[in-house]
Amino acid sequence: MDETIEGSFQIIGGNFANAGEASMQLKSKLVELGIDEAIIRRAAIATFEAEMNVIIYAAAGRLQYYITPHEVTIKIDDMGPGIENIELAMQEGYSTAPDWVREMGWGAGMGLPNMKKNSDEFKIDSVVGEGTTVKMIIHFS
Amino acid sequence: MKLSSIVESISLEVKTGKNNLQNDVTGVYISDLLSDVMANSKEGNIWITLQTHLNIVAVAGLKNLSGIIIVGNRQIQQDVLQKAESEKITVMSTPLPAFEVAGKLYQLLNG
Ligand SMILES: Nc1ncnc2c1ncn2[C@@H]1O[C@H](COP(=O)(O)OP(=O)(O)O)[C@@H](O)[C@H]1O
Ligand SMILES: [Mg+2]
Repeated sequence: MDETIEGSFQIIGGNFANAGEASMQLKSKLVELGIDEAIIRRAAIATFEAEMNVIIYAAAGRLQYYITPHEVTIKIDDMGPGIENIELAMQEGYSTAPDWVREMGWGAGMGLPNMKKNSDEFKIDSVVGEGTTVKMIIHFS
Repeated sequence: MKLSSIVESISLEVKTGKNNLQNDVTGVYISDLLSDVMANSKEGNIWITLQTHLNIVAVAGLKNLSGIIIVGNRQIQQDVLQKAESEKITVMSTPLPAFEVAGKLYQLLNG
C-alpha cells in the first residue's frame, strides 16, 4: 500500500435507515488491507458513533476517511446546531437526545467518549449555529 | 458452541441468515443501548435485545456478532429483515423475555 485510499460520504440528518454505511465501507477497506482486527474494531466504533451524531443532531454532514500505510484518519463535518459546551458533551452519560431517539437505544451519552477512547488522536471543534467538525486518527501500530 | 445448537436448544425462530448457523458463538451480550453494544460486545457474541429497528443490523455487522435474538415476540419489520438477510446477519426471535433467554444461554455456555 503506497498511496492514500480515500472515501467520502454525504450523511443526511434524520436518515436512520442508512446509518452505518460509511462505517461499513471503511471497515471493508481495512479488512481488505489486512489491518489488525483490534484496530478495525476501534475504527468501526468511532466511525459509527460519528455517523450517528450527524444523523441524530445535524441537518446534514460529510464523512471522509484517508487510509495511509500508517494510520486511518476520519473527518466528519456537519451543518448542525453546534455544541455549546464541548466539555459537558464529552462527559459520559450526557445526552440531549429526544425521547424517540432514546427509545431506539441511542442517546446513552457514550458516543463522543467512545470516539475519543477508540482513537489515538481526537479533535472536536464546534460553532453554535454553524456546525461541528470531528477529526480522529487511529495508528496501525 | 455452534449457533445451530443454541437455536435448537431454546427453540428460536430463525428469521434471517440461515446460512450462518454453523458459526461459533463466543458468548452473549445483553443490552438495548446501541452505543453500549458497540462499545462492549465481543466478536462472535449473540446479542439479546428488544430493539427491532434497522440500526441493529449495522451494529451486528460492524461488531461481527454471531446473531441477534429479539425477545418478547416483538414484531420485526420487513425492511429490517431484508437488510439483515442482505448483510448476512442472523436474526432470531423468541416469545421468551430476555431474563429467561439469558438464563438458558448461561447454562448452555457456562453450565
Ligand atoms: N454533531 C453534533 N451536533 C450537535 N450536537 C452534538 C453533536 N454530536 C454530539 N452532540 C451533543 O453532544 C451530546 C453527547 O453526544 P454523544 O456522546 O454522542 O451522546 P448521545 O449521542 O448518546 O447523546 C449529544 O446529546 C448532543 O447534545
Ligand atoms: Mg452520539
